[in-house]
Amino acid sequence: MLHSRSLKGLAVPLISIAAGFIIGAILMLMFGYDPIQNYQNLFIGSLGDIYSLGETLRNMTPLILTALGFAVSSKAGFFNIGGPGQYLMGWFGAIVFALNFPNLPTVLLIIGSLVCGALLGGIWSLIAGFLRAYFGTSEVITTIMLNYIALYFINFAVKNWLASKGSDSSPNIVKKASLNTEFLQKLTNNSTFNWGFFIALITVFVIWIYFNKTRSGFEVRSVGLNEVASLYAGVNVKRTIVVAMLVSGLLAGLGGAIDGLGNFQNISVSNNLPSVGFNGMAVALLAAENPIGIIFAALLFSALQIGGLSISVYSNTPSEIVDIVIASIIFFVGIKYVFEAALAKNWRKKQRKTPDGGMDK
Amino acid sequence: MENDIVQMKNITKIFGSYKANDNISLKLKKGEILALLGENGAGKSTLMGMLSGLLKPTSGEIIINGKPAKMENPREAKALGIGMVHQHFMLIPAFSVLENIILGDEPLKAGRIDYKKAAKDIEFLAGKYHLEIDLNAKVSDITVGMQQRVEIMKALYRKANVFIFDEPTAALTPQEISQLMKITHALSEEGKSIIFITHKLKEIKEVADRCVVIRMGKVIDSVRVAETKEAALAEMMVGHKVNFAIDKKEVNQEKDIFKIEKLSVEAHGQLKIKNLDLTVHSGEIVGVAGVDGNGQSELIEAVTGLRKCKTGTIMLNGKKIQHQSARKIAEAGISCIPEDRQNVGLILPLTISENLVLKSYYKKPISNKGFLNYKKINEDGRRMIKQFDIRSQSEKELVGDLSGGNQQKVVVAREISAQPDLLIAANPTRGVDIGAIEYIHEKIMEQRNAGHGVLLVSFELEEILKLSDRVVVMHEGQIVGEIDPRDTSSEELGMLMAGKQQAEEMGEIS
Ligand SMILES: Nc1ncnc2c1ncn2[C@@H]1O[C@H](COP(=O)(O)OP(=O)(O)OP(=O)(O)O)[C@@H](O)[C@H]1O
Ligand SMILES: [Mg+2]
Repeated sequence: MLHSRSLKGLAVPLISIAAGFIIGAILMLMFGYDPIQNYQNLFIGSLGDIYSLGETLRNMTPLILTALGFAVSSKAGFFNIGGPGQYLMGWFGAIVFALNFPNLPTVLLIIGSLVCGALLGGIWSLIAGFLRAYFGTSEVITTIMLNYIALYFINFAVKNWLASKGSDSSPNIVKKASLNTEFLQKLTNNSTFNWGFFIALITVFVIWIYFNKTRSGFEVRSVGLNEVASLYAGVNVKRTIVVAMLVSGLLAGLGGAIDGLGNFQNISVSNNLPSVGFNGMAVALLAAENPIGIIFAALLFSALQIGGLSISVYSNTPSEIVDIVIASIIFFVGIKYVFEAALAKNWRKKQRKTPDGGMDK
Repeated sequence: MENDIVQMKNITKIFGSYKANDNISLKLKKGEILALLGENGAGKSTLMGMLSGLLKPTSGEIIINGKPAKMENPREAKALGIGMVHQHFMLIPAFSVLENIILGDEPLKAGRIDYKKAAKDIEFLAGKYHLEIDLNAKVSDITVGMQQRVEIMKALYRKANVFIFDEPTAALTPQEISQLMKITHALSEEGKSIIFITHKLKEIKEVADRCVVIRMGKVIDSVRVAETKEAALAEMMVGHKVNFAIDKKEVNQEKDIFKIEKLSVEAHGQLKIKNLDLTVHSGEIVGVAGVDGNGQSELIEAVTGLRKCKTGTIMLNGKKIQHQSARKIAEAGISCIPEDRQNVGLILPLTISENLVLKSYYKKPISNKGFLNYKKINEDGRRMIKQFDIRSQSEKELVGDLSGGNQQKVVVAREISAQPDLLIAANPTRGVDIGAIEYIHEKIMEQRNAGHGVLLVSFELEEILKLSDRVVVMHEGQIVGEIDPRDTSSEELGMLMAGKQQAEEMGEIS
C-alpha cells in the first residue's frame, strides 16, 4: 500500500516531464526545426562530456539549495517567495567576509564566508517569519518586499562600499577563498564545477535527517499539516514558524554564498532578482518537496538550462525552446491534481479520499 | 424485486492488500429504514462510500432502480438520488452555513447565485423538519452538533431518494437525536429509503425496520429489528457476549484536585463562560451535562490553555495554571480528549505512532539531544495499538486511513496513557463501537479508582450517569444545577437541561 503510494508520487513528475518534452517537440515540428536533433544536442550539451557535466552540476548546486529552502518553509505551511533575496544576501555576505578576512587560513576563510552568507540569508527570511508569527503579516508579501530591499541594498552597498570608483562590481576574492580549485578544474576540463556541489549534497542529506529524525523537523511538519492540532498538542507554533523560516533562509543563503565563492568570485550591481531563486521553487514543486527528489529535479532543470545554450550553437533553433519545455513541465506539475484523478480512475484506487479520511490537505 | 431501490451485489473493496469489504450483498426497499451495525473498522463507511460514489468497488455491482449504476464520482451518485451524510463532515470552514448547503447545487438567477431563494428553500425545510440552523454563521465558528445538522440539511436540500446517515447521532444531543429519529420516520413515510449507521443499539431499535450486521468486512446476518433483542444484536456484532457492568470502587474523594473559581471566558466577542465555579475531587468523575453550545467547548479550551481566561482562577493541585501555555498545562498534569478528533486531536497525514507521541515527542526517552528515537516511537506505537485494540495494518499507517472509531481510539490511548491528574474527556466514546466503549469506560474508571480526577463532558446522558459521581448542568456559561446520578434517570436529566433552556426562552419572550 505504501509502496503503490510512492509509486504514484513518482508518476506525476515523470508524466509532467514527458509531456513537457512532447510539447517542445510539437512546437519545434510546427516551426520546422528537428526535435530529435535538438534534443540530442541538448543532451550532449549538458551531460555529453566532462566539461558540460561539470557546468551542469555547478549550475544545479544553488538550485538544490534554493529548492530545499522553499521546501522547508512550505512543509511548515508557508509560501516563501523570498528565495531570490535570501540567495542575494547569502552571496553578498560570503563575498564581504572573504574580502575582509583574506588572511585567515583557507578552511576558516571558506567556512567563515559560507556561514556569514547563510546567516544573512537566514536573517532575511527570519524577518518575514517573525512578522508572520507575531503579527500575522502575510509572508508572501513580506518576502517579495524583502527581495527588492535586498536587491537595492546590495546594489547600493556594492557601488558605495565595495567597488572602486566607476566600477560596478566588487574586487575578486582571494584565490584560496574560492571553491573552484585547480584540482577540480583539471578534472572537469576547466569547467566552473566546484566543491559547492558536494556541500549541497551533504545539505540535502542533513535536511532529510532534519525532517525525518529530529524534533524540530517533526514540529515543522506537524504545524504545516495541522496548526490547530499542533497548538493543542503543546507545540510552540509561533516559534516553529520562525524556526522554519530561518532554516529556509539559511539554505537559500548558503546557495548564494556557494555561488559567490565558487562561481562568481565577486559581486556586482544587478538590475534583476536572480532567477535561480525562483527556479528553486519550481524545482521543489517538481520534486513534491522531497529532499532526495530535489537532487534529480535540480539536475533536470540545470541540464535543460546548460544544454539549451548549445541548441542555438549547433542549429538555428532559438534556445527559448528550452524555456518552453521548462515552463510546460512546471505547468503540468501544477495541474497534477488532474493527473492524480485520472490515475486514481485507472488504478481503481482512490486511496486518499475515503469517507473517513477525506480531510487530506 | 421491483421495489428494491438499491441493490449491492457481491461487493469487494481492497485497499492495498487489505480487504475492507468482502463479497457484501445488500438490498434496500422503497421506504425502508435499514440499520448497519458493526465494530469499528468493520467496513461500514467503506461500503457506503461506494454507494455514494466516493470510492470504487474492486469488484461487484451496484444496481439502482433496477439499472446497473457505474458511479464514477459523488456527482453521479447524487444524480441518481443518493445523498450521504458523512461520518466526518465535508464542510468548508471558511464558508457560511448557507454557502456550504448549496455548494454544488446553487440556484441561479440570471447567471448569478440566488441566495434569497436558497435561503427561503432551506428555511422551509428547516421549519418542516424542525432543524435549527443559523444560515449566516461561518462553519468554522459553529459547534460540532450544528455541523451535523448542516450536513443533514445538505442531503435534504438535494432532495435525495436514498439517504445514508453515517453515524449521524455521534455528535448530537438527546433532543437532537430524537428529532433526527422523527425526520427519519417522516422521510420513510414520504417513500424515501434510509440507511442508518450507528453504534447505539437503542437507536436501531427505535428507528430501523431491518438491521444488517457486518463483521470484518463480511455480512454476518440480516435481521428484523422488531424481532431481535439489543443484547442479541450486540453479541452478533462483536462475536461474543458484552458486559455492560462497571467497577466503581469506593475511593477517598477528599482532596481538591482541580478547582475553577469565578472564571469568565470570551469567544467571538461574547462572554461564553460567566463567573463559573467548579471543583473536581480526587477519585471523582464529574459529569458536565448541557445542551450543545452552552460554553462547554470554551470551558475546555480555557482549561487546556487554548483560549485566554478573562477573569478568575484555574487551579490544579493547588497551583494556578491559567495564562500558561498548552504544553505547561499538559505537563502540570492535565490531559484532554477533545471533541473534534479530526481537526484538533489528530494530525491525519501523520502515522499512528507519530500521533500517539504528539504530546510527549519532545521529552526523553523519545527525544534525545534534538533527535527523535523512531525505533522507540514505533515500538510504543505497536504496544498501544495492541493495548487499545486499534484496528490497523501497522503502526506506520496514516491515522487518516483509519476508520472513525479507530481514530478516536488513538486519541483516547494517547491521553489516558499519560496518566494525568485530571483527565478532561469530551465525548470520549464518540463513534466507537460497543466493545470499545466498554473498554474506554473501564479506562476512565481506572483513572478515577486510582485517585485521579475526571471531567467528563458528554452529550450521552447515559454515559454521564453511568460513570459520574456527580453531575453538573451547564447553561449559558454557568453551572445551574447539580444532581446525584444514582437517583436521576437520563429522562429526568434531559428534562432538566431542556427545562433550563425553555425557561430561558420563555423569559426572553415575555
Ligand atoms: N484509504 C484507506 N486506505 C487503507 N485502509 C483503509 C482506507 N480507508 C479505510 N481503510 C480500512 O478499511 C477498514 C474499514 O474502514 P471503515 O471506515 O469502512 O470502517 P467503519 O466500519 O466505518 O468503522 P467505524 O465504525 O470506526 O467508522 C478499516 O480497517 C480501515 O483502516
Ligand atoms: Mg465509519
